[in-house]
Amino acid sequence: MISIWFIPGIIFIVLAVATIKKVPAYEVFVEGSKEGIQIAVSLLPFLLGMMVSIAIFQASGAMGAILKVFEPLMTSIGVPEEILPLALIRPISGTAALSMTTELIRTFGPDSLIGQLASTMQGSTDTTLYIITVYFGAVGIKRMGDALKVGLLADLVGIIAAIVVVFILFS
Amino acid sequence: MVNLIWVLLAAVGIIFAAFNGTMKEVNEAIFLTLDEAVMITISLAGVLVFWLGLMKIAEEAGLLRGLAAIFRPIVERIFPEIPKDDPAIGYILSNMTANMFGLGNAATPMGLKAMKEMKRLSGSDGASRSMITFLAINTSSLTLIPTTVIAIRMKYGSVDPTSIVGATITATIISTLAALMIDRFFYYRRMRVRKL
Repeated sequence: MISIWFIPGIIFIVLAVATIKKVPAYEVFVEGSKEGIQIAVSLLPFLLGMMVSIAIFQASGAMGAILKVFEPLMTSIGVPEEILPLALIRPISGTAALSMTTELIRTFGPDSLIGQLASTMQGSTDTTLYIITVYFGAVGIKRMGDALKVGLLADLVGIIAAIVVVFILFS
Repeated sequence: MVNLIWVLLAAVGIIFAAFNGTMKEVNEAIFLTLDEAVMITISLAGVLVFWLGLMKIAEEAGLLRGLAAIFRPIVERIFPEIPKDDPAIGYILSNMTANMFGLGNAATPMGLKAMKEMKRLSGSDGASRSMITFLAINTSSLTLIPTTVIAIRMKYGSVDPTSIVGATITATIISTLAALMIDRFFYYRRMRVRKL
């Protein structure tokens, strides 16, 4: 696994260059770090509020009911219905999407069409609602403009792209 | 819009639970989530403190400026509002690079720092054009190596765990390009509305 080299590698390069350029590394580190605490603390209300709302929606079964409505639509164009919940949850909840992907891969096998679809969807889009909540929350942006619309529309394109690409490559 | 979504998710959920007989699950979910949110914030705090410290060193050592210089032509086009030598560019690029290699842990702190720099540039509590573009790129994901997915596939005995890398990269490129185009579309629409 090459990826285990990335982070230690970055740390080493940064520290090595800093030493060569005579930057007081440790002092600068502590100075920059302080900002992290402040960002983390200001993040909690935004994150917690959004997560509770999503949890209520999911636990009540409302999410499942909405998925049921969309199912016939997806199966009619040849997309396996098992993949639909993942497609809808991916922009909303990262943890839910990850556990769903894991479940699909476990049940149908990583090399099945559903397994490949789930893997590609998981990797090729990100949790829009989480990113918007966290990024805007951390710096105290109140008016979000078109950010949510842009993010969700891009997710839609991403999910369609994932389905089309997997169909072309694997079936 | 976020206000509406937030209220709707909770309110619809509670009404649905009343008819569906899932009020008990809703209760449990609320309190479980409170703990979960605090846990996430705490683990994020560790990551934030570490990476922002390290990135500060990188900034002082001139590494961020170096990174920005390499990608200047592309970044200038995507973020026309940000001045050429602004540190914001360095943080935006660090965030993108970390995302590409699937280092989500490192990407978030750099992304948040980039947002802070962009807020300094815009000086308002509304989302600036650069921020919306930056978030569009982030939400569409930039992953080139989906490390988590590959790990899951290995765990469940895939004969070829990395077989989806090509598909993921293709889908990612399409969704990121789409995000940039959709972002531009909304930007020009805002400009037109403002002119009228």
